[in-house]
Amino acid sequence: MKIVVCVKQVPDTKGGVKFNPDGTLDRAAMLAIMNPDDKAGLEAALRLKDQYGAEVTVLTMGLPKAADVLREAIAMGADKGVLVTDRVLGGADTWATSTTIAGALRNLEYDLIITGRQAIDGDTAQVGPQIAEHLGLPVISYAEEISVDEAAKKVTVKRQFDDRYMMVEASMPCLVTALAELNEPRYMTPGGIFDACAAEITTWGRADLKDVEDSNLGLAGSPTKIAKASDKVRKGAGEKVTPDSPEEAVSYIVGKLDEKHAI
Amino acid sequence: MDFSLSKEHEMARQLFKDFAENEVKPLAQEIDEQHRFPRETVDKMAKYGFLGIPVPKEYGGQGCDILTYAMCVEELSKVCGTTGVIVSAHTSLCVDPIMTFGTEEQKQKYAVPLAKGEKLGAFGLTEPGAGTDAQGQQTKAVLDGDEWILNGSKCFITNGKEADVYVIFAVTGKVEKRGKMMKEISAFIVEKGTPGFTFGTKENKMGICGSSTYELIFTDCRIPKDNLLGKQGKGFNIAMHTLDGGRIGIAAQALGLAAGALETTINHVKERKQFGRAIGAFQNTQFQLADMATKVQAAQYMVYSAAAKKDEYTKNPKVSYSVEAAMAKLYAAEVAMEVTTKAVQLHGGYGYIREYDVERMMRDAKITEIYEGTSEVQRMVISANILK
Repeated sequence: MKIVVCVKQVPDTKGGVKFNPDGTLDRAAMLAIMNPDDKAGLEAALRLKDQYGAEVTVLTMGLPKAADVLREAIAMGADKGVLVTDRVLGGADTWATSTTIAGALRNLEYDLIITGRQAIDGDTAQVGPQIAEHLGLPVISYAEEISVDEAAKKVTVKRQFDDRYMMVEASMPCLVTALAELNEPRYMTPGGIFDACAAEITTWGRADLKDVEDSNLGLAGSPTKIAKASDKVRKGAGEKVTPDSPEEAVSYIVGKLDEKHAI
Repeated sequence: MDFSLSKEHEMARQLFKDFAENEVKPLAQEIDEQHRFPRETVDKMAKYGFLGIPVPKEYGGQGCDILTYAMCVEELSKVCGTTGVIVSAHTSLCVDPIMTFGTEEQKQKYAVPLAKGEKLGAFGLTEPGAGTDAQGQQTKAVLDGDEWILNGSKCFITNGKEADVYVIFAVTGKVEKRGKMMKEISAFIVEKGTPGFTFGTKENKMGICGSSTYELIFTDCRIPKDNLLGKQGKGFNIAMHTLDGGRIGIAAQALGLAAGALETTINHVKERKQFGRAIGAFQNTQFQLADMATKVQAAQYMVYSAAAKKDEYTKNPKVSYSVEAAMAKLYAAEVAMEVTTKAVQLHGGYGYIREYDVERMMRDAKITEIYEGTSEVQRMVISANILK
C-alpha cells in the first residue's frame, strides 16, 4: 500500500502571534510546527504502515524551510519527503494550493491520501476536499478512525459530527481528512532524526507540477483577495460589581441582560 | 570553532524537551514523594530509543553520538533528576562497558536488548569499604570449572532492583605491582535472577528519590565462565574507563538540574510580587540570575565539549577525554548545587516547600557532587593530569 500524507508547516501559536506592518502574518518571526491535524493524519498513516506495511510519503508546499516538517515526519517513521517550493507558487489561497498539490500528486503513486482537516493558520478545511476534487477521488472528511481492507481495496472511516458519527466506506484510491482527535502522534526517535537529516528531500518547482495551468497558481491564480487582516480586538476589562445579596446580584444581571435586549 | 548545534542536534534537543515536558515532568513530584521508580517512563523511553542513543544501529541502538545522549540526560534532568540518572547509569555504566570490552557474543546477548530498552542495566563497583578507593574491594570471584562463584556485596547501586543486567567488579586474585601485592580486579556480567544473587537494603535517600538504589548481595552466586567482561585482571581499567564516560552522563544530569532550576526561577521572579513590584525588577534578583545563567552556560559548554571529545575517541581511540569529563563533572555538579541553592533562596519560603520543584532540584543536585567520583576525586584526576 502506498500512502501520501499532505502536511503544512504552520506558525506555532505558543510562541505568540506576530504581524508584519501590513497586517499579514510575520511567519519568519514565529516558531513553526507541523499542523496538528496533519500530524494526526501522519500518525494514522504510520499506524497503517505498522499494521499492514506501507510506504508513507510526506508532501508539503511552502518555503524551503518547510523541509523541516518533512524531516520531522521522516524522524517519526515516514519513508520519503517531497517539498514543493517555487516563488511563483507564493501567496496561494486554497484553490491555488490545492491545484499545486494535486499537480504534485499526479507524479506520485498512491492508494490513500491523507490530509489534515484544516490548518491552524487558515482554518478553512478546504484544501483536502479540493485536492480530491482535482484528482477525481472520493473524499471522506473529519476522520476520527481509519481502517483499511487491503484485499477489498477500501477504507472505512468513522466520520465525526458534533453529536454523532457516520461510518463511511470508500474504495481506494481515495482521500481522507484527519482530525487531531484521531490519535496521539508518536515522538520522533533520536536515530530517526539522524536519518532524517541525512535523507534527501525531493524538491519540486512549478515545472514539476503535472497538468496545471499557470492561471490557477500562486497569488495571481488565487480568487481569494484579502481585504484586511487584523489582530483580535481585545475585550475590555469588564465591570466588577459587589452586590450585597444574591437577590441584588440576580436583579443586577437581569437588568443588564434586559438592557442588552438579551431577554 | 563552531559553537552552534547541528540540525540533528537541534531536532534531538526539541524531541527530548517535548518528551520531558509531556511525559516526565507530570510524574516528577509524585515519584519523589512516593520514592517510586518510574517504570512507565522507562517503558516509554525504551519505545523511543532513549536507552540506546549512542549504540550503533546494528546493535539495536540509535546510532547517534555522545552529545545527543548528553542532551537527552540534560533535558530529562531539567524536569526530573531521577529520570536523568536512570538513563545515565544504564547507558554509560552498563551498555558502554559491554560495547567497549565485551565479546561479540556478549554484545549480542546483552548489549542488543539493553540498547533496545528491553532490558535495563546497572553497574556495581562500590562496596561499604570501597568507594573512592577501588582497592578496598571485598567481593570475590573464584573460578570453579566452567563457572565463576561470586561472594560479597555492593552498595548504593543505581537502578539496583529494577535492572536486568549488572556489570559487577570482584577480586579474582593478587598481583604484584611496583613491588607491592595488589588485588587483581575483574569485571563480570551478572543477570538478575541468577541463584545466589539477591537484594539487600533499599536506600532511603535525600534526593533522586525515584531512583532505585539498592544493596546487591552475592552468596555463592554461580555465573558462566563466559560472563567475564574483558580480560581477567583488567577490571580496574574497565571501571576507570567506564566512569570516565559515566561522568559525562552525570555532568549532563547536573547541568540539567541547574538549567531546570534557573528556568523555574526566571518564571517565578516574573510573577512573584513584593513591595508592589515583580521581584525580578530588583537588582539583587537580576544579578543573582545573571550569575546563575552565566554558570549554567559555562557548564553546558564544558559538558558538550567533553561529549564531543568522547565522540572523537570513538573514531580515534588514542584521544583521551578523561580530564575533560572530570572537569565537566566537577564544574557542572558544583554549579548544580550553587544554582539550585540560589533558586530556593529566590523562591523565598515557597522554595522550602515540597510542592515547589526547586526544593526537589536542590536535594537532587547534591548527589551529583558525590556519585561516579566525588568532586574531590575529579580534582585528583585533573591535577594528576596537570602535574604528570
